[in-house]
Amino acid sequence: MSLTHNSIADVPAVSHKFGDWLFFNVTRAFAALTLVMLVGIIISLVISSWPALQKFGFGFLWSRDWNPPIEQFGALTPIYGTVVTSLIALVIAVPVSFGIALFLTELSPVWLRRPLGTAIELLAAVPSIVYGMWGLMVFVPIFSKYVQPLLAGTLGRLPLIGELFSGAPLGIGILSAGIILAIMIIPFIASVMRDVFEVTPAMLKESAYAVGSTTWEVVWNIVLPYTKVGVIGGIMLGLGRALGETMAVTFVIGNSSSITGISLFAPGNSIASTLANEFGEATPGIYTASLIELGLILFFITLVVLVFSRLLLLRLSKQEGTKT
Amino acid sequence: MELLRQRQIINKAALALSMAAMAFGLFWLIWILFTTLELGVAGLSLDLFTKMTPPPNSSEGGLANAIAGSLLLVGLATALGAPIGILAGIYLAEYGQRTWLGRTTRFVNSLLLSAPSIVIGLFVYAIYVAQMGNFSGFSGVIALALIVIPVVLSTTENMLNLVPDSLREAAFALGAPKRIVIMKVALKASMAGVITGILLAVARIAGETAPLLFTALSNQFWSLDLNKPIANLPMTIFKFAMSPFKDWQELAWAGVFLITLGVLGLNIIARILFRAKHKL
Repeated sequence: MSLTHNSIADVPAVSHKFGDWLFFNVTRAFAALTLVMLVGIIISLVISSWPALQKFGFGFLWSRDWNPPIEQFGALTPIYGTVVTSLIALVIAVPVSFGIALFLTELSPVWLRRPLGTAIELLAAVPSIVYGMWGLMVFVPIFSKYVQPLLAGTLGRLPLIGELFSGAPLGIGILSAGIILAIMIIPFIASVMRDVFEVTPAMLKESAYAVGSTTWEVVWNIVLPYTKVGVIGGIMLGLGRALGETMAVTFVIGNSSSITGISLFAPGNSIASTLANEFGEATPGIYTASLIELGLILFFITLVVLVFSRLLLLRLSKQEGTKT
Repeated sequence: MELLRQRQIINKAALALSMAAMAFGLFWLIWILFTTLELGVAGLSLDLFTKMTPPPNSSEGGLANAIAGSLLLVGLATALGAPIGILAGIYLAEYGQRTWLGRTTRFVNSLLLSAPSIVIGLFVYAIYVAQMGNFSGFSGVIALALIVIPVVLSTTENMLNLVPDSLREAAFALGAPKRIVIMKVALKASMAGVITGILLAVARIAGETAPLLFTALSNQFWSLDLNKPIANLPMTIFKFAMSPFKDWQELAWAGVFLITLGVLGLNIIARILFRAKHKL
């Protein structure tokens, strides 16, 4: 520690006061910059998309037209693609993540916990473009050759949900995008769930074991009710990721700007994939403005999901604070 | 007894499913890493680092300009974003624990941490690229720096909170003014953690593609001019992987391998560094 006496003692007290004041204000300014950034994103996107906001109004949200040559734009197809792919991802990822968190907190031998937990966290660090490229080159061919015919032959024959699994097995499409997203968000949700499960006081769990509960009953009746706020927060965090994910989706969703039916095998697009594909060749004016409005809608949706998620997670950590 | 058997069966089934879920998660990790390794190593050669990105259907070519561009963008973005994140993190931990600004910033930062990166790209497009009239390397640097800030901010704050107050009090007792206490005592004590945060931020932006789509764009040639579009690995991979040309796809795999190796390597170094310091 070189808390050098000369640097402190030789400087008169007045300049210390000034130095402290300056340092405080510099750090405060940079903290405030974070707030400015959030507000700035919203304002700049509103300004840039103003021509589209003015021309199409709220109709933009439920119009299916996306026709650059005649400058007619509607966001329904990308919104539909964004929401449906994210829902597919959640349907797959939530139970799997729950299983992984359960394994890591209750079942795994202690010496295995850390390596396995690290492996799951590393999966979360892999850049999304890797998932996208792997999805297109490796997953999609296998999926269209083996899995899609299988799904069409089994689930596709059922009444009601059969429609979802009909159509040509192209490989690329909404279902593939949802599955790749699921693989991507499993590590996020699983690691939040694991952290949250570990919050449960050992005394509660041990009491339940002492009256003869099985491991499953402890998790289902003690751990899950105690941590449910945090679990939902973690799921929402994963949903926020899935909604805004660009690369993993753009590679495999098929990039078609019309909804042809409710089949999940059909190609589609999401807000992020539309931006990634079309922004580069969009003509300035109403086309670019419409694309930026898509971005604004995406930001708004994810912000709502993320605010909800963070509030829930904060509530759990407060509850933990008061009870221990 | 019937009930007990039933409960035990449910328990067994649930635990088996849990193990299956774990296997399912690891299965994808191993498959993805294996493919990347297999196809990436096949594309590795010295040409990768010395030759420029080729036109389609020419067997000669590498990723030299994309690698250099990526290093430049990531380096500058970290140099720009990390100090801002550290200073803002210092405010949250040392001054603004319970102030309105501190609480709001903490919350907003957690939102920005998971905000879609493509929106950050659009934002920089709107405030910089559209005003300047052309895509440029510098706009890419800004976009990536905006992603670095929240990551560094939150780790810096968390690490400073781990420093015991007695250490600060000891420094105050020696007559040190607050900024010296923060910079030379608190920040120094949490240096390993702060560096961990910076490494994680670098790992995060190294593979980011979406924010570069509307900012740095890409460039087929060697260029380090920050006022022009600049080549970078993620955008090159995107372009090459989506193309029908075999040799481009092979280069894309080699690029994916380099990025994955770099990102996972940084993550592992960050973990080791943090553990060595904090004995976790």
